Order: sequence, then structure tokens, then C-alpha cells
Amino acid sequence: VSRTQWTSELTLQVDDARDHIQGPAGAPVTLVEYGDYECPYCGAAYPIVKEVQSRLGDRLRFVFRNFPITTSHPHAERAAEAAEAAASQDRFWEMHDHLYENQQHLEDADLHRYAEELGLDVASFDRDLADGAQTERVREDFMSGVRSGVNGTPTFYINGMRYDGSYELESLLASLERAGTRS
Amino acid sequence: VTTVEHPAAPIAAGEKAPDFELNSTPDQKVSLSDFGGRPTILAFYPEDWSPVCSDQLALYQELLPEFQRYDAELLGISVDGIWSHLAFANDRNLHFPLLSDFEPKGDVARAYGVYRTGDGTSERALFVIDGDGVVHWSYVSPVGINPGADGILRALDDLAAKSGS
Repeated sequence: VSRTQWTSELTLQVDDARDHIQGPAGAPVTLVEYGDYECPYCGAAYPIVKEVQSRLGDRLRFVFRNFPITTSHPHAERAAEAAEAAASQDRFWEMHDHLYENQQHLEDADLHRYAEELGLDVASFDRDLADGAQTERVREDFMSGVRSGVNGTPTFYINGMRYDGSYELESLLASLERAGTRS
Repeated sequence: VTTVEHPAAPIAAGEKAPDFELNSTPDQKVSLSDFGGRPTILAFYPEDWSPVCSDQLALYQELLPEFQRYDAELLGISVDGIWSHLAFANDRNLHFPLLSDFEPKGDVARAYGVYRTGDGTSERALFVIDGDGVVHWSYVSPVGINPGADGILRALDDLAAKSGS
């Protein structure tokens, strides 16, 4: 089989100033996820990521970037913008979790309600969504993923290299552990 | 999963891309030469409706504005009939031409060296063709793996850099 082979590496490095990050900067393992809030596979991966975070503790740094495939998931873009709007109020992760825990309910009215439930400045949140204030940011995430070889969601990178293995708990955990001892 | 080796020999960079004329709708035909002067992306995929194909083409749909920035045309090609293509495009919100390499079946895939004889479908293969009709980049992905779009964008970058210099 004639194939051009290239390694899929993260083309946009993790940046404290722009990225949404959980875990210490000095952690030996960095896991980056490109995800879509309406994608059922991402929904399935969500509790697994939580579990590896809890098992690895301070040894893991987790980064989430947006990869909404609106062609398949009509609510994914707005949901991503909602998470970014929450981020502008320093509440990204709460909204991120809320969205994945309520994947079936991502209409605009739902997003508005989540902002209320999280105690955000709702007027500012609504304005951000109405003005498309986060559109560019979401697209920047998306394109950085495309350039890094994201071909569907979720796609994970472990210490900057695309992880093509299974994201079932045991496989993901084992790969993260290995990356941790290597570095 | 059994792996069958299909030694695909896709037309390589530097070779002339074979012209073709295929239906994009029941009464419209599309030729490679229609896009003379502009880069063309040919995305051969095995079959309408398969999960990997759907994800791959949905990603390309998202990227249409990017491809347009390079003034590049995207064409999907499979051996499916035109009515299957229309239903598939409609169901998956795909707004670029899906060409039907249906009769004689797989002729264009064969011309590009990416027909899978045993399966009666094509490889999952990508070609970026320059404005002069010459293949600039080609890639055959393992059939069950979505190749993404980073290779396409890199090839388009190359072409843009060349024509700019």
C-alpha cells in the first residue's frame, strides 16, 4: 500500500494564556482533547477523562479544545460558544461539565438556563452568544485541530502526539501512565 | 477484522490527472477539466452511508470555507449510484458534489489506481490536483480510517506558495 506517512502532532502548543487547563503546569503528562458537545462518543469519553484525572491526580494536565462538527451536530457550535462565553467569566469547566452532563438538551433556551444555574452574568452571556463573540475562538480551536490531524471526535493528544488507541478507561490510563514514566 | 492487502497504486505527484466526466445529479455531469486553472481535491471514498465515510465527509463539509480560501474545488467520488448520493448528501447536509463512478463501475477509480477489485469499491484516497491538471499530492488511507484534512490543507498551502512565488 502506497501511503505518505506523517506523524500527527499538536500544531498549536498548549498555552496557559489561551487554553482551558486542569492540572499543574509541571505535570509529566498532558492530555489534550478535541471535542464536540453534541457528539455521543465525546459524551461517552467524558466520565472516562474524569476518571483518569482522578486516578492520575497531579501527574496529569488536561486541556479541552473545541471541535464542533455542525454538519452532523447542529447544536455543537452554540454549545462550544456557550462554554467559551462562560470561560470569559472564568467559569469554563463548570459549563463544560454541565454541557456534557446534559448533551441531549443543547437548545439556546437550555444554554441560557445553564448560565443561570451556574450563576453567570446572564446578560453578558446572552450578549456573547447573540453577537458571536466566541465564534472566532471556536474556529481557531477547530482549525488547530484540523491542522493537527483531528479526523473526528473525540481526538486525544498525549504529550503532543495524537493518540489513536481506544479511549476506554484501561487503554487510556495505561497509555497515560506510560507517557508519564517516559518523560 | 480480516485485513486483505490491496496494493493500491495511486497516481503519484507529478503525473497528469486523468480527466473524467461523471454525474453529480441525474442530469448534470462534472468534468475535471471544468475546474481548469483551480486546484481540485478529489476524495474517493468506499461507500455512501458507512460510518467512517460519513464522518470524513462531514469534516470536509465543515472545511468548505477553508477550501474556498484556496479557490479549490472539492469533489467526492464513490461507485454508488446517483440517487444514493442525493439521499446521502441530503441526509448528511453535504453541499459539495458527490460524483457517481457507477457505469462502467469504478472506471475513474481504476484510472486513478484506487479501485478495490475484491470489494467492488474504491480505496479511501485523496488527490490534490493543481490548476494545470497535474497531481500535486495523493494519499491512500487504510480503508477504515478517516484521513482527516491536514494533508489536503498542507498540499493546498504548497500550491498557493508555488503560485505566489
